[in-house]
Amino acid sequence: MAQSKHEFIERSVGWLIVLSLLTVSVGGLVEIVPLFFQKTTTTAIDRTGKPLNVKPYEPLRLAGRDIYVREGCYNCHSQMIRPFRAETERYGHYSVAGEYIYDRPFQWGSKRTGPDLARVGGRYSDEWQRVHLMNPRDVVPESNMPAFPWLQRPLKSDDIEAKMRALRTLGHPYTDEEIAGARAALEGKSELDAVVAYLQGLGTALSNFK
Amino acid sequence: MADFINGFWNAYVMGLVGLSLLFCLFVLVSNNKREKGPVELHGHVWDETLAEYNNPLPRWWLFLFLGTVIFAVVYLVMYPGFGNTKGALGWSSVGQYETEMRAANERYAPIFAKYQGMDVAAVAADEEARGAGKRLFVTYCAQCHGADARGAKGFPNLTDTAWNWGGEADTIKTTITGGRMGMMPPFGPSLGAEGVKDVANYVRSLSGLAHDSLRAQRGAEVFQQNCVACHGPEAKGTQAMGAPNLTDGDWLYGSSEATIMETVDKGRTNRMPGFGEFLGEAKIHLLASYVYGLSNKPAAK
Repeated sequence: MAQSKHEFIERSVGWLIVLSLLTVSVGGLVEIVPLFFQKTTTTAIDRTGKPLNVKPYEPLRLAGRDIYVREGCYNCHSQMIRPFRAETERYGHYSVAGEYIYDRPFQWGSKRTGPDLARVGGRYSDEWQRVHLMNPRDVVPESNMPAFPWLQRPLKSDDIEAKMRALRTLGHPYTDEEIAGARAALEGKSELDAVVAYLQGLGTALSNFK
Repeated sequence: MADFINGFWNAYVMGLVGLSLLFCLFVLVSNNKREKGPVELHGHVWDETLAEYNNPLPRWWLFLFLGTVIFAVVYLVMYPGFGNTKGALGWSSVGQYETEMRAANERYAPIFAKYQGMDVAAVAADEEARGAGKRLFVTYCAQCHGADARGAKGFPNLTDTAWNWGGEADTIKTTITGGRMGMMPPFGPSLGAEGVKDVANYVRSLSGLAHDSLRAQRGAEVFQQNCVACHGPEAKGTQAMGAPNLTDGDWLYGSSEATIMETVDKGRTNRMPGFGEFLGEAKIHLLASYVYGLSNKPAAK
């Protein structure tokens, strides 16, 4: 009896595809889908329910984030501090899910050739970030990070409003005024300014560093 | 542990997990019919005579599968994972982290406490404390001040005796805790290109560097009118505002005429971030002692 059902499924391609997909999807249905309906992963709160000071990226930081992605910074830098003493001593408070609600996609990364950047905001001066991006060895002689001298060129600003509108449809609460003023906010800025602004905002939502 | 927006998702996870486990059991059991007598053939025939027996899984293999099902049940009882359940062990990643931190605190707190009870100069003279201070320094400070603490252009050298904000133990602590914001306004617009060059020559003359004496003479007047409020009438600086001493031969950005002119023309803004919240008093005490020790060698007394 069981035999014939098995044979039936193996011989009809349509059923085989449907049932295989169903079987494979169980993992995602159990482990991924429920996360979309959890408060700690979808709202700006920490694990105890305390609100976090997370805001959608303002235009300059948003542009800087796109450059961060474009230059592939995530290949060497993670943005995710795990709850281990070895990490929190060096980088600060471990990361919580609510900090990433406006990161699309998140920049957790999976490899640390350089240090984690989840809380790099405010850790160095703007000037240090500039010098370091132009030529890392000017400040850290033993660094093997590449230099990014081309970031001094002017920032492209004509697509910022469209980007913000797209993000608004995904739930980032940008107001009409913010979107209307976005291009002006990028006026006269370089790509370097944008990246530095982005980096200086990273991880500052959790005020209780450590 | 999960905090779902409503109870449905709790039931959803429990239902799917439970059904999956039951389904695994069902598949394993229903395919394990061991009949006596000749084993039947699968029914497929290749190359006219090649056929396949329809044997169940070997028992050892079957037991491994059953073992994984049992493991899953035991795991879900012990650890969080089955919907909102906390698990019998009460384990959480944050709990594990806090245990780790407590253990470390028990081990290291007495050491930090010992050094906190000593004054900065005494800690700086203690070899073991210097070792700990150096490790803290290369972790938190070396990115700007360099692993050897000799700094870089725009980032102060901490091994010399020139201090923009002051090198006393308490001042160093204040600097590390709250950070510093140094700001020199641009004088290019008010002095004009010639005025900037004159005053740069005067500044070079203060520490005996080569200069145009005519320009330096004119520059001295410009200096008295524009610069003394911060750098003082004798150009010895004001540590309370981080205005550097211009006579000591120590240069944060460089001593060339071009660099000084750039400084006067465009001004400088230099910020050290504060580390008080991140590092805490105990570490800052050790760090301050280490930095203090770099320029106050006990042997030199």
